Amino acid sequence: MSVAIETEGLVRRFGTRTAVNELSFRAEAGEVFGLLGPNGAGKTTLVRLLNGVLKADAGRAHVLGCDPQTQGDALRRRSGVLTETPSIYERLTARQNLHFFGTLYGVPEADLARRTDALLEQFGLHDRADDRAGGFSKGMKQRLALARTLIHQPDILFFDEPTAGLDPEAAQQVTDLIAQYSGADGRTVFLCTHNLDEAGRLCDRVGILNHGRLLAVGKPDDLGRNLWDGQWVDIGLTAPPPAGLDAALMGVAGATQVQIKGAALAVQVRDESVIPAVVSAAAAAGAQILRVTPRAHSLHDIYFKLQAEAEAS
Amino acid sequence: MNWRTIRAIALKDWREVRGNKMAWAPTLIVPLIFCVVLPLLIIVLPGTLSNGEAGDMMKDADLELFLANLPPAMAASIAGLNESQTMIVLLLGYLFSPLFLILPIMTSSVIGSDSFVGEKERKTMEALLYTPATERELFTGKMLAAVIPAVLLTWAGFAVYTLVLNSAGGVVMGRVWFPLPHWWVMVLWVTPAVAVLGMMGAVVISARVKSFMEAYQNTGLLVLPVIMLVIGQVAGLLYLSVLVAFGIGLVVWLIDGILLLFALRIVTRAALMGADKGA
Repeated sequence: MSVAIETEGLVRRFGTRTAVNELSFRAEAGEVFGLLGPNGAGKTTLVRLLNGVLKADAGRAHVLGCDPQTQGDALRRRSGVLTETPSIYERLTARQNLHFFGTLYGVPEADLARRTDALLEQFGLHDRADDRAGGFSKGMKQRLALARTLIHQPDILFFDEPTAGLDPEAAQQVTDLIAQYSGADGRTVFLCTHNLDEAGRLCDRVGILNHGRLLAVGKPDDLGRNLWDGQWVDIGLTAPPPAGLDAALMGVAGATQVQIKGAALAVQVRDESVIPAVVSAAAAAGAQILRVTPRAHSLHDIYFKLQAEAEAS
Repeated sequence: MNWRTIRAIALKDWREVRGNKMAWAPTLIVPLIFCVVLPLLIIVLPGTLSNGEAGDMMKDADLELFLANLPPAMAASIAGLNESQTMIVLLLGYLFSPLFLILPIMTSSVIGSDSFVGEKERKTMEALLYTPATERELFTGKMLAAVIPAVLLTWAGFAVYTLVLNSAGGVVMGRVWFPLPHWWVMVLWVTPAVAVLGMMGAVVISARVKSFMEAYQNTGLLVLPVIMLVIGQVAGLLYLSVLVAFGIGLVVWLIDGILLLFALRIVTRAALMGADKGA
C-alpha cells in the first residue's frame, strides 16, 4: 500500500500557543483515517497545513507525494476539503456554485455541465439546482458543499467536522454520503471529528489528538488491546452459576479474574486464544451457557481513557 | 496565470455584488446625482436668474480673483461667454471634473470591500483558498471584478453627463461644447488609475477590518484626495488642464504600483483565511 499522507515532526505555532506539536504519522492510500480530538486540539490547523494553506514552523509533510508548502497549488488540484461551515456562495445558485468551483479546480468545460448535473442528482439537489443556495436548509448546504468537494474527482478528501451543527437527519445523510464516497476508487479520506460514532463507523484507523500532540494511532481494536491488560469475556447463563464455577475458571491457564453477578459471568483472560478453554471449563463445571461475547473496547472508551491520561500528565 | 480561473473569480464576484444591494445601490445613485441631477440644477438655475443677478454672482471678490488668475487655456474657453455660460463652463466643465473621480474610486472600493472582507465575513473564503487558484489569480480576479465595472460605470456616466451638458446645456451655450480636452485625459487615463486605487485601498483596509460595513466606512477616506483636488481648483491652487490631468494620472498610477507591491505581500492564503493568528 502506498502512503497518501506522511508527516514528520510537524509543528505550527500561533504566538506562544503550539497548535500542532511534533506531529508524525502516516495515512495509507485508500484508507479512511480519522483524527479525533476536542475543539482546539489542532485538527483544523493540521488540515490547513496538509493543504498548504498554512506554512509549518518546523517538520515536514508529504501529501500524495507533494510537499504542501512548496507544491500547494498542484496538491490542491488533487485534494478536496469539506469544512464545518459549508463555505458556499449563498447569492449564487447551486449550479453556479458547482460550476465556479469546477472551473477553479480545472475541470474541462466540456465535462463541467455533465459532472454538475450528475452531482446535483446524486446529492438530491437537482430540483433546486437553479435556486440561490441562501434559501437552502443547513443540511442541503452541507450536501452542496460535499458535491463541490467532489466536483474535480479528487484523490484525497479532507473532511473537517463535516456534520457539526447539523440535525441528526441531516448529519446522517451527510455521513451516508461520506461513507459512499470513502475508499471508492482507491480514494483516501482524512476525517477530523469529535463525533466518535461517526469515526467508529467510517474510519479504518484513527489518530487521537490532544493540544496538538498525537496520543495514539492505529485500528480501534488494536488501540483497545494496547490500552487495557487482557481481554474480558461476558458469558451469559440460563441459570444461576453452579458452586465452584469461579474456582474452576481460575484454574484455566491464562484466566486472570472472574466476576459473577447473578446469571452474568465475566472472565478476564490473557488474550482471545484462552476463550475456548474458559468455555469448556465452565461447561464442565455445570454452567448452562447461553452466549459468549468477547468484550470490545469502544472508541469512546479508548478516546476518553487517552484524553484523561493526557490531561493528567 | 490561468485566465480561465481569473475570469471565473471576476464573474463570480460580480454576480455576488449584484446580490448585495448595500454594495451596488450607491454605485447607481451617486452617478445619477453627479451626471444628471446636479448638472441639470446648475444649468437650469442660472436660467431662472436675470442676467443682472447672474452678473452680480460673478462679481464676488473671490470669484473675480479666481477668474483673473485663470491659466490661458482655461481663460480662452470662457472668453466671450456671458455670465450664465461662464458659470456652466467653470462649474460643469472644470470644477466637476475631479468630482467625477468619486465614481470610479467609490465603485471599485465598494466592490473590492465586498469581495475581500465580505467573503471573509460570509465564511466563503476558506473553500476558495482550498482550490488550486494561486494568490495572484485570486487577487487579479477580484481586482478585475472591481475595476472593470468601476471604469465602465464611469464611462457610462461620462456619456450621460456629455449628453446632459450638450442637450440641456446646449440651450444656454448655443452649441455642442463638451467635453473639454482635459476631460478625455481624466476619463481615459485618470479614471482607470483611480479605480485601481480604490480597489487597492479596499484590499489594504480589508486586511485590517472584520466586516463589510467597517471596510465600507473606511474606504470613504479614499475620496479625500478627490476632495483636495476640488478644493485646490476652487482655491486657485491647481487648474485642471490636459497636462495637469496627465500628471495626476501618472502620480495615481505610481501610487497604484506601490500599493500593488504591498497588497501582493499581504494577500497570502493565511491572511485571507484570517488564520494567521490561529485556527
